[in-house]
Amino acid sequence: MSGPLGNAFTRLYGARGWAVLTLCGMILFVVFPLLNLAVPAGSAFHVSAYWVTLIGKIMCFAIVAVAMDLIWGYCGILSLGHGLFFALGGYGMGMYLMRQIGRDGQYRSDLPDFMVFLDWKQLPWHWWNSDSFAWALFLAVAVPGVLAFVFGYFAFRSRIKGVYFSIITQALTFAAMLLFFRNETGFGGNNGFTDFKRILGYSITTPETRMVLFTVTAAVLIATLLLGRYLVTSKFGRVLAAIRDAEQRVMFCGYNTLHYKLFVWTLSAVLCGIAGALYVTQVGIINPGEMSPANSIEIAIWVAVGGRGTLVGAIVGAGVVNGAKSFFTQAFPEYWLYVLGMMFILVTLFLPQGIVGLLNKSRTAR
Amino acid sequence: MRGKNSKITKLVLAGALFACLIGVLRPALALDRAAMEKLALGDGDERLEGIAALVAEGDPRAGAVLGALADGEMQTASKRILIVKGDDATDAVTGEKIAPLPAEREDVMVNNRLRGAVQDALAALKLVSPDRDIRFAAAKELAGGTVAGMLPLVKKALAKERDAEIRELLVHTAASLELKADDIQTRLAAVRTLGLSGSGNAKRLLLSVLESETNDDVRVEAKQSLAQVNDRLAWGERAGLLFAGISLGSILLLAALGLAITYGLMGVINMAHGELIMIGAYATYVVQNLFKAHLPAAFDAYLLCAVPVAFAASALVGMVLERSVIRWLYGRPLETLLATWGISLVLIQAVRTLFGAQNVQVENPAFMSGGVEILANVVLPWSRIVIVLFAGAVLAGVWLLLTRTRLGLFVRGVTQNRAMASCVGVPTARVDTLAFGLGSGIAGLAGCALSQIGNVGPDLGQSYIVDSFMVVVLGGVGQLAGTVYAALGLGFANKLLESWSGAVLAKIVVLVFIIIFIQKRPQGMFALKGRSVET
Amino acid sequence: MAAITSTRDGEDDPISSYSHVFTPGELDASHGVVLYLDNISVSFDGFKALNNLSLAIDDGELRCVIGPNGAGKTTMMDVITGKTRPDSGTAFFGQTIDLKQYSEVQIAQAGIGRKFQKPTIFEHHTVFENLELAMKADKRVAKTLFARLNSAQRDRIAEMLTLIRLTDSERRIAGLLSHGQKQWLEIGMLLMQEPRLLLLDEPVAGMSDDETERTAELFLTLAGKHSLVVVEHDMAFVEKIARKVTVLHEGSVIAEGAMDEVQNDPRVIEVYLGR
Repeated sequence: MSGPLGNAFTRLYGARGWAVLTLCGMILFVVFPLLNLAVPAGSAFHVSAYWVTLIGKIMCFAIVAVAMDLIWGYCGILSLGHGLFFALGGYGMGMYLMRQIGRDGQYRSDLPDFMVFLDWKQLPWHWWNSDSFAWALFLAVAVPGVLAFVFGYFAFRSRIKGVYFSIITQALTFAAMLLFFRNETGFGGNNGFTDFKRILGYSITTPETRMVLFTVTAAVLIATLLLGRYLVTSKFGRVLAAIRDAEQRVMFCGYNTLHYKLFVWTLSAVLCGIAGALYVTQVGIINPGEMSPANSIEIAIWVAVGGRGTLVGAIVGAGVVNGAKSFFTQAFPEYWLYVLGMMFILVTLFLPQGIVGLLNKSRTAR
Repeated sequence: MRGKNSKITKLVLAGALFACLIGVLRPALALDRAAMEKLALGDGDERLEGIAALVAEGDPRAGAVLGALADGEMQTASKRILIVKGDDATDAVTGEKIAPLPAEREDVMVNNRLRGAVQDALAALKLVSPDRDIRFAAAKELAGGTVAGMLPLVKKALAKERDAEIRELLVHTAASLELKADDIQTRLAAVRTLGLSGSGNAKRLLLSVLESETNDDVRVEAKQSLAQVNDRLAWGERAGLLFAGISLGSILLLAALGLAITYGLMGVINMAHGELIMIGAYATYVVQNLFKAHLPAAFDAYLLCAVPVAFAASALVGMVLERSVIRWLYGRPLETLLATWGISLVLIQAVRTLFGAQNVQVENPAFMSGGVEILANVVLPWSRIVIVLFAGAVLAGVWLLLTRTRLGLFVRGVTQNRAMASCVGVPTARVDTLAFGLGSGIAGLAGCALSQIGNVGPDLGQSYIVDSFMVVVLGGVGQLAGTVYAALGLGFANKLLESWSGAVLAKIVVLVFIIIFIQKRPQGMFALKGRSVET
Repeated sequence: MAAITSTRDGEDDPISSYSHVFTPGELDASHGVVLYLDNISVSFDGFKALNNLSLAIDDGELRCVIGPNGAGKTTMMDVITGKTRPDSGTAFFGQTIDLKQYSEVQIAQAGIGRKFQKPTIFEHHTVFENLELAMKADKRVAKTLFARLNSAQRDRIAEMLTLIRLTDSERRIAGLLSHGQKQWLEIGMLLMQEPRLLLLDEPVAGMSDDETERTAELFLTLAGKHSLVVVEHDMAFVEKIARKVTVLHEGSVIAEGAMDEVQNDPRVIEVYLGR
């Protein structure tokens, strides 16, 4: 069906696109690790652990942003519950990391500390097999995926759309947050999971492990970008955009829009789950706060700032907003909410195409 | 929140004062010397008997003596019992002044057990007060009492008492004291009497009877009585639940009513609605502070003044938002959602900057504190009752405004067909601003009401926004009646589930229910059917 | 992919190529009737939009439906395309396909195409992409993910571009077209679906006289290969293309027949000229 391999590549990006992408890949896979590991700490060129964690975290958010863009920018469905899928992925991986602590916790027990604290004698059922890394990966993908599929099936089947859908997804993540806040749910209540020690037997805090996790995240981000690019340049992507613009017409053309929406919705949730799993290994904490409605709605602003309907825009937006966030929350914590709030207002009023749209406009007139 | 101790001291003091007063008016008769000696010089149970003997006659001077005892003013000098206030000393039995203070005196020690008995005794003495409120307070205080010695006085008071409410309390107290009697018939009678009560105290007493009672007859009787009490308590609980549901429903209604206008009628999805509620609450706070500073005498009236101020403050902010931001986003609901979310963040941070991140104190005016007791175990707080009435009034106001005024006509016209309304000369832009201001102002009213029952802080709005949207979504867009039903329904559902599964699970269940419900009826409960809503 | 033919002669078996999606049995128009509505009633909150409406369209027929505003024309189309479910009555596509049983998508796949009153095209796609999306193909997700245009399909699109006179605008964003061009594009998209029955709601609204003229010619050439139901207010246009006209009023058919017959029907005159 596809021609020579080269053909498939040129379909995704032009020569310049590939050049830029390769450059980014080089920086992430070669330059960054070298500057972090090989350059001594005193040197001006040394990249500190702080930066590794920050960039790693932002790359996780960028994956979420691409996922959000697929469903919102291309299919016109604004989800205010993507933080839930992200957090579920994180919790899936977090369970494994909690088990990897082993007996090094405060209570020197086989059980995670919070269970000892609650006076539980054994692992609850949903912790089955949680000491297996493969199972953790499976959970991080399957739980968000299945939840999104079931929820999406019912929501799309009833033709819930627009703001209604947004509000319901918000209610969903809100309900999940309340659930996870409860100690009885078995996910550590308020505090969630933290104080991880090891992953796959390696200490999780050494620079080498961190760098491996960093490069894995970078690889997943690039893979996500290419997958997204493939989707949106295919006929499938054109159907998605058509659903966004005139769903009735798409149905009368004979496309079952339910299946299309469900596919991209579930895929988007799965990507978020993967991002959440990568996030928790690098940031070292996951708690129900990740499911708060405010967190989910912030994802939308990453995409809006960068530029809806362009995948690169989503990544740029995640970088810009989160970069600004870590700058402001350190330098001027009391101003961050003003900045974030004004971003929401100004971007929707004056920059509907986001930063990338602005750049495109100034470069070419179509 | 005052400490319990100071309340007790106050009671003791009041009792002592009262007793002194009576004592002055009616001089004479000495107190029972034997009883006094038991109290001051005896040990353990003897001292309790002494107290019982002292108060048995309801002699008010006993109050003065006991008050002194509680305050540590009772001392002994050889066999004499003195009450020493500063340098003055009186003989506790005769009431004579003792001119030179005896040199060797000993404090009468008061342990906790004795202190409890003294308190009960002081309360019991007040049962014969001519002031109904004092008697009522005393009867209440004694209701949980366990000191057998009080029985004669309680019975005496009961014989004289005419007030039904106090009688009931006394009967109950007497019964609980009689439970300790040796005579089986007395105990049986007491158990029966308790069966007529509907209070949690009676239930507790009966349960303890079942635990300790050895006589089978009494046990059987106690079981029956317990069943009766439980039955009554259950009714009380139901009534309480009903009221809690109405109360929560009215709060949800207030929070959602403004949204029913801005979202339901105008189609503007305003995520900053919660923050408009918060602004109303802070406006109330500011008014309260102004009254405290400048008009402390009229403090109770601040709330009346705060209502219009809260409305105006939120309405003003709302209209500014409509003119500056929301206007440019009509017809783009998702963008409106994001922009108004941004507004909400800015408003939250602005309030933090102005008033600090901590919660602020909003005091209830005096007429809103306390409550109405409708059953033994059901007290309806005035603040909640006022809010229910307030919600009803606001609802009526909104309804009248929308159906009976020109503005209401314009709003409905513009929401149905903007172009046509514009053609027939309706100033649509102004109507939009005014309607949005109205919805925002109602949010302010909600904030004013919420400040009376909950915390006022920068995050106040966040906790109501999801709920308010649920109400509007459930009720159906463009439907005032739907909003009312949905608010009350959600209030009841929440409270019912809460009593059955706890608050958090209740909330989750309700949210899940709404999610499922919306699947079935995407347009809400009261949606209008029609040809091609979309296309 | 190979199963999908790009030829137009799907007539003998129009649905077999995607029968795995939709298996209601073959479209059986052997009795000469392609659409059959009988005693259809629809009401919205007590208002009767359709009132015992009965209508039969022959295979290859070009039928015009006229009637004053609110007569139920659009609702009738909603019922046929599955958008609105009738309260009572029967609706059959051919002899075997009970329209009440199927969803909008399934009905579209079975071979009914619909043009809306307001032209609905994909405004952000190019003209070419609009036709590509509409083209008859396996429209399931898995197939669409890996779909590529073959040369036969490209030819089909080129042919259609010529037919609707948009060859020069092939790469233009459809939203930039004039109103008349959008109408033509939508008709083109409909034809790309290769439907057996076309429902056209006010197809010439907003067209210039020249465009209207050409549309009339196009419809006349389509009749025979497809069945067409045209709802139109433009009487001149109706007169030009009409062989048989149905007049709707208050949700029911009040007259049916040749144009001049209908025009002289006293009830029709009453409805149109007022009472």
